[in-house]
Amino acid sequence: MNTPSGKPGADGNRRTDTPPGRRVLSTESDWTFDLIEEYNQEIERIAKEVYHLDCYPVQLELISSEQMMDAYASVGMPIGYNHWSFGKQFVITEKNYKRGQMNLAYEIVINSNPCIAYLMEENTMTMQALVIAHAAYGHNSFFKGNYLFKIWTDAEAIIDYLIFAKNYVAECEEKYGIQEVEEILDSCHALMNFGVDRYKRRAGETLEDEPRVQSDRELILQHHVNELWRQLNINEPEKKENQTKRIPPEPQENILYFLEKNAPLLKPWQREIIRVVRKIAQYFYPQRQTQVMNEGWACFWHYTILNHMYDEGLINDSAMLEFMHTHTNVISQPDFDSPYYSGINPYALGFKMMMDIRRICEDPTEEDLQWFPDIAHTNWRETLDFAMRNFKDESFIGQYLSPRLIREFRLFSVLDDDREETLGISAIHDEVGYRAVREKLSAQYNLSHREPNLQVFNVDHQGDRTLTLRYYQDKNRPLSDTTEEVIKHLHRLWGFKVEIETVEEDGGTEITHRCPKPVSEELTIN
Amino acid sequence: MAMIIDRRLDGRNKSAVNRQRLMRRYKQQIKKSVSDAINKRSITDTQSGEKINIPARDVKEPIIHHGRGGIHEHVHPGNKQFSQGDRVKRPEQSGQGGGGSQASNSGEGEDDFGFEISKDEYLDLLFEELALPNLVKTKVVAQSAKTLVRAGFSNTGVASNLNLLRTMRRAKGRKIAIASPYSKRCRELEQLLEQELERKPHNEEKIKSLREELALLRARIETIPFIDTYDLKFNQFIPQPKPITQAVMFCIMDVSGSMSQATKDIAKRFFILLYLFLSRSYERTDVVFIRHHTSAKEVDEEEFFYSRETGGTIVSSALKLMRDIVRDRYPTEDWNIYAAQASDGDNWEDDSATCRDLMIDSIMPYLQYYAYVEIHNQEHQGLWREYEKVGALFETFSMKQIRDTGEIYPVFHELFKRQEA
Repeated sequence: MNTPSGKPGADGNRRTDTPPGRRVLSTESDWTFDLIEEYNQEIERIAKEVYHLDCYPVQLELISSEQMMDAYASVGMPIGYNHWSFGKQFVITEKNYKRGQMNLAYEIVINSNPCIAYLMEENTMTMQALVIAHAAYGHNSFFKGNYLFKIWTDAEAIIDYLIFAKNYVAECEEKYGIQEVEEILDSCHALMNFGVDRYKRRAGETLEDEPRVQSDRELILQHHVNELWRQLNINEPEKKENQTKRIPPEPQENILYFLEKNAPLLKPWQREIIRVVRKIAQYFYPQRQTQVMNEGWACFWHYTILNHMYDEGLINDSAMLEFMHTHTNVISQPDFDSPYYSGINPYALGFKMMMDIRRICEDPTEEDLQWFPDIAHTNWRETLDFAMRNFKDESFIGQYLSPRLIREFRLFSVLDDDREETLGISAIHDEVGYRAVREKLSAQYNLSHREPNLQVFNVDHQGDRTLTLRYYQDKNRPLSDTTEEVIKHLHRLWGFKVEIETVEEDGGTEITHRCPKPVSEELTIN
Repeated sequence: MAMIIDRRLDGRNKSAVNRQRLMRRYKQQIKKSVSDAINKRSITDTQSGEKINIPARDVKEPIIHHGRGGIHEHVHPGNKQFSQGDRVKRPEQSGQGGGGSQASNSGEGEDDFGFEISKDEYLDLLFEELALPNLVKTKVVAQSAKTLVRAGFSNTGVASNLNLLRTMRRAKGRKIAIASPYSKRCRELEQLLEQELERKPHNEEKIKSLREELALLRARIETIPFIDTYDLKFNQFIPQPKPITQAVMFCIMDVSGSMSQATKDIAKRFFILLYLFLSRSYERTDVVFIRHHTSAKEVDEEEFFYSRETGGTIVSSALKLMRDIVRDRYPTEDWNIYAAQASDGDNWEDDSATCRDLMIDSIMPYLQYYAYVEIHNQEHQGLWREYEKVGALFETFSMKQIRDTGEIYPVFHELFKRQEA
């Protein structure tokens, strides 16, 4: 970026020369508050002025490693209600940390406005710079720009909502006992993944309004439920109408939502707790859908920004070496046969893809021109920005994974059909396989493909109130054994019989799970 | 411009309450594994054991996901030799290698959940519902030892307890108080005298009378006593019962030929529990090991547990030795005395009655507690029947039968169950 000044006395290395107006910010590895402020100013300048990242205001919080473990334990929520599962998480985290197994405890960032990024006090100054660039500008701009986050989360209100949730849960514990509240939370947690709206956001529900309208809602909800279950004194014509009415009118994929609104026996506070869990699940839903992109974007920017700082002479060689060492660890991808392999590293895939898009824009090969005619030779910054805003993992991979990267990762796809003795290699990184690999990898990141398609199908509201859920089977995959446990939680919330009907691909249905278990085994034969 | 906030001084243990919730929820499991540990672990381990691992498979939080079976397709990196259409053997364990269905189901690890509790947490759990028998009584009622403690000041006392500082302070105050009308008059007179002296010519008459009056007053002030009985303050001491914070535990074991190593092991564990229990309740716990066959001997721990003797059994020999040791070394005003006896129930037939008399006359009156465990699974013999008579007389005597290792803890629990006050 800067031309070498060529000052006499400077050593031979061009890059360590101090360009005019810029100096190395620090040479020691220790950080101070002043240094963090200086670094942050420079990073902010580079992010905003040079690369035009659009970010929320930044709030950097220095914390100790124990506090970082606390933050980890509460799954990234800065304020969490109390529950034993967070204690369990903490114990696990602490154990791993003490054994030195955990190496990525560098940063946590909260999707809020202002964007809160935690810096751990044990980090060196270079690491702090990396984290600031990665979290406070990388993730931050992703939170602000990506369409899923725009639709589904409300950065303005999340902190207030979490405070509300914590206080509400604590209040309930006081009123109804820890045990009672814990049971409801356990059941909700078991169904958390089925507590999100996937396709539309309900109008007029903002996190901001939560505390205000909460008490009104209790009344309205209970009223609604009472209406639904009113059974006495029904006139004849009404009864007929009731019989034809289905609950739910259409299959409902948001199981927690359905229970909150329709479970007959829940008390108002229990409905509110379901709502709390549902809201939090919804808040994290975009993060689960954009892991590769989000981490890739953040890695791309910490890499780009720190290199830019180096080019400007703001950081020296030793800092750069330290940075490269960490960066390389973060984006390493062990092979499938390595003992360290645990699936595809989203940091590695995301970072490489972002870098690859930039390369295609700036310096496309013949192959790229053929595969990506629309982005080759365009402004890389605008292209990346477009990709960041308008995609999620599934579509991002489907759109941008290039043959070159498939070759670099040596990706191959394995077909595991339980009817076959052996596994089949369905596609590899060759001319005929590129599209198939890309498609399959994309599908792998499709949450609705990854998670079972389970929906509330019917309530026997004229009979014994049995709740029927339907599992639409895909590729003959059964539900996991844990379903037996989860259906008990469903039963607890619903209060009456619950059954899961598996719909096979050929259209046949069979009741595969029930709670409570039928007394006589004959009943299970369908 | 970014905000930079130092949060390091904020609370560190945000998760502490969640950890407590975890402990609360899994108390039953944790307690069970604690008592399992006591049964399984070797004795030396129990004594040094600070932390134990508690596997708890129930801690899992179930969620619904796809199970095994059906068709799964997964993309993996790092292909080396495969080409399209190859068939490969199904790996033994999925998760690694090709076709692992679990690979991407993060958060569903197969690991055992184990976590460590500190020694204190461990022992608390172990002894939670137990309390030393009659501990309360010992502390308040049966205390004969007294100690003097400071208890403020009094107006009477012996000269050696005189509190000089307080006494002198009072004396000074008294002097000032008594002298105050004189002092006031003195100051007035001095002022008048000064005025007179300044006036020219002097009124010799007046000056003289003023000076006389002044001298008189000063003499009066002088005569106020330097110290008076009224001033005296003494440090006060009152006697207070001294809690006996030390205990001695007698371990009595039959090592005659009829005791097998397995029986001794069970006894050993029982003693260990008792020791752990006492050492938590008292600042200092002494242990006296007495082993006996036909004659009793005081030995060290090593010899107590590990050396073998053969011969017949005369229990009274051990009881006599214990009585003598108590008399010589452990005066009851300083020591809480506990005893635990383990035996297989064998005794020389004529001796059991002697034992009973010994117990009733010269042992039980001095003891806080005597626990007798019989380790066997046959009919009770003479000793048990005689001891039953002792138990009828003394609440502090209890006896139980242990059949195998797993019963130790429940029996221990039973013996030392918290007695309602």
